[in-house]
Amino acid sequence: MTENFSIRKYLRDLKLPFCPGCGIPTIMNTFLRAVHELGYENLNNFVFCSGIGCSSWIPSPYFNADSIHTPHGRSIPVATGIKLLHPKLNVVVFGGDGDIVGIGMSHFIHAARRNLDILVIMVNNMVYGMTGGQVAPTTPFKTKTATTPYGSFEQPLDATRLAVAAGACYSARWTTAHSNDLKESIKKAIQTKGFRFIEVVSQCPTAYGRRAGFKNIAEMLKWFKENSVPIHQAEKTSEKELEKRIIIGEFVERRRPTIGETIHAMIKEVQMNAEQN
Amino acid sequence: MRIAKPNTCFWQGSKACAEGAITAGCRFFAGYPITPASEIAEHMARRLPQVGGIAIQMEDEMASIGAIIGASWAGTKAMTATSGPGFSLMQEFIGYAFMTETPCVIVNAQRAGPSTGQATKCGQGDVMQSRWGTHGDYSAIVLSPNSVQEMFTLTVRAFNLAEKYRTPVILLSDETITHMREQITVPSVNNVEIVNRRKPRRGEKAFFGLEEIPPMPAVGEGFNVAVTGSTHDEYGIRFTADPLVHIKLVKRLNSKIRNNSNEISDFEEYNIEDCQIGVISYGCTSRAIYEAVEKAESKGVKTGYIRLKTIWPFPGNVVRKMVENANKIIVPELNLGQIRYEVEKASNGLAKVIPLNKIGGGELITPEELLATILKEAKTND
Amino acid sequence: MLNRIEVRISGLGGQGVVLAGQILGKAAVYAGKNVVQTQSYGAEARGSAARSEVIISDGKIGFPIVRKCDILIAMSQEAVEKNVGDLKEGGLLLIDSTTIKSAPEIGGRTFQIPATKTSEKVFKEKLYTNIIMLGALIKITKIVDGKFVEKAIRSTLSEKVATINIKAYRKGTKLV
Repeated sequence: MTENFSIRKYLRDLKLPFCPGCGIPTIMNTFLRAVHELGYENLNNFVFCSGIGCSSWIPSPYFNADSIHTPHGRSIPVATGIKLLHPKLNVVVFGGDGDIVGIGMSHFIHAARRNLDILVIMVNNMVYGMTGGQVAPTTPFKTKTATTPYGSFEQPLDATRLAVAAGACYSARWTTAHSNDLKESIKKAIQTKGFRFIEVVSQCPTAYGRRAGFKNIAEMLKWFKENSVPIHQAEKTSEKELEKRIIIGEFVERRRPTIGETIHAMIKEVQMNAEQN
Repeated sequence: MRIAKPNTCFWQGSKACAEGAITAGCRFFAGYPITPASEIAEHMARRLPQVGGIAIQMEDEMASIGAIIGASWAGTKAMTATSGPGFSLMQEFIGYAFMTETPCVIVNAQRAGPSTGQATKCGQGDVMQSRWGTHGDYSAIVLSPNSVQEMFTLTVRAFNLAEKYRTPVILLSDETITHMREQITVPSVNNVEIVNRRKPRRGEKAFFGLEEIPPMPAVGEGFNVAVTGSTHDEYGIRFTADPLVHIKLVKRLNSKIRNNSNEISDFEEYNIEDCQIGVISYGCTSRAIYEAVEKAESKGVKTGYIRLKTIWPFPGNVVRKMVENANKIIVPELNLGQIRYEVEKASNGLAKVIPLNKIGGGELITPEELLATILKEAKTND
Repeated sequence: MLNRIEVRISGLGGQGVVLAGQILGKAAVYAGKNVVQTQSYGAEARGSAARSEVIISDGKIGFPIVRKCDILIAMSQEAVEKNVGDLKEGGLLLIDSTTIKSAPEIGGRTFQIPATKTSEKVFKEKLYTNIIMLGALIKITKIVDGKFVEKAIRSTLSEKVATINIKAYRKGTKLV
């Protein structure tokens, strides 16, 4: 099946806008490869929602699909309206770390809590890339950014664990240096019910790498590889040793009733009772 | 238990609004609790499931309007309801709905602001915000009910205008009209005009502009629609720098409302062609004009009024007609003066505009206060 | 009967002044009248001053707020003191004599209704004070037919709650 993979059938005929060396094309390619391997000939069964930021441009308007490009941080509320009314469509949200767990954090937590049946793919480049490299909620401690010229004085957020705590049915983290794991994870997530979250740690050579002290993309990818610790190993490692490491793998897999299932069952019941009365 | 049956009822404004929405075909509501709009959410939560619809309480007002915009693109008529503080939070998405041509209805039951202000008390301080609240060049459609009956009929109209013009429509109510109960004649659903958005034909691809009001597909129908709040061409493709694409889009979005303002505009008028003193009013404040004008006339003052049912687009034409005769126009408002400037602009120096303002404690301008102003102005020649 | 009658029901949040106004208003609509009912309350859900107003008229009702009332129902000391000034000359005052110890002297008629006491005695809680007061009002003024009031109670409240409230309503009619 992989032999036949052609990314073009899923894309509009437009020039991609991403910087040389950006991690986004890898993620785009990996996502569409996963879709292809699951047997989807086109994206007609999908609706994509995204907010503002480089990774929100993954589906919009490049995917030949329904795509809704919302205000900053608000993709998940829009996805909520769509998914509740179209339970059979695969609703996928793409967004950056600033979009999903910065400005849009509250929606992210509540969608996981409600168990809204959507897949959220968060591209974590650890910085606000589109606006020129400002500190993000995911920027590692002491890292220099445009708005933390002396190094970040805040602790970064672990979005993957946050998703678990909030109630996600699937939560995983990978980096762009683990594209095969990522592809398999996306395939599994698409086939899972409930709120699903995949964080992909990705390189932004333009707005992050340079200031953070990486000479080139290869160095960043090497750093991703060498600093990644599989979750089963991380569980046996001390917190101190895990500092500045990227824990990768699947953090949770479970089944809970989705908000859609509960609402539609309720509506059915209310209508039946109303008819009897 | 489906659509409200034709009948004379005694309803709260909030209930009339909710039932009007359901009659208009609304099947999705998302909101966040806020005085004095919570009863609308409560009513929708009870009623929508009975008609197969969904009502959900979101985590905040931004999520609420975001969800209804998603619902609208899912092909469903949708509404949210809030008051000043929540309306402020919704502004970004109101601009988004305008830019993406997403039909939806936003109810603002005004209370006394700024900020938390007096949460349970009536106000009319959001009139300008309802027109100019979001950023950028846009045009708003804003309706102003003044009775429980109109909480029903204008909610239906808000949906019809939203669907017809593919744009967000604001129902600018206030605490008094939303909370009061009044008898209402509920029409039979068959006698209510209901407008639905125009859907594209198979193979159509331009959902953002070959025509003044383009057809609107829903997601999942195979049209592969690309929706974006960024500047876009007819096909929804983003153009973040091209001035011509921006000019073409933003001008069309504004002109589709401005060019149709006569059709959108709606007002009640009395004696405007033969009055010395005119009164221009809207919402809760307009409930004082009937008694005040009647009493002024019985005292020999030729008085007329315009009661706005649509505030935006502002019906300047009818004001211009009024100032052909009236030399003074009184504008009572529960704010420190907002629509008065619009009246001044329209009257173009032909009549003196006299603001009559009151704020705080939710106290309305009484017919006595309005009458006193009419009589005083009728006596003085300046 | 008067062409237009304006009623103010005043008390504290939680005493059900809004519900009493709502039921009176609905009953008058059933009787074919034009009716507006408004309310005013503080930000606190319970305990602050609350009032509900009903205007019943054969003609169109413009201004929805009661400025001077024909009838004042007061259910707390604060309420009677605050609102009695708005009672028209010769107007009717109904006070809950359990909660109001000193009734003001007025030109018109005053009725002292032991509503809270009756509610506590008959129903073991003071929850029905509002409807007992409403019963007394209807008996004294006959502004609407009692059958419309009972219909309004039934169509407003759940069956179980309505049954108790109708009992309370009838009890109220017997206190005067």
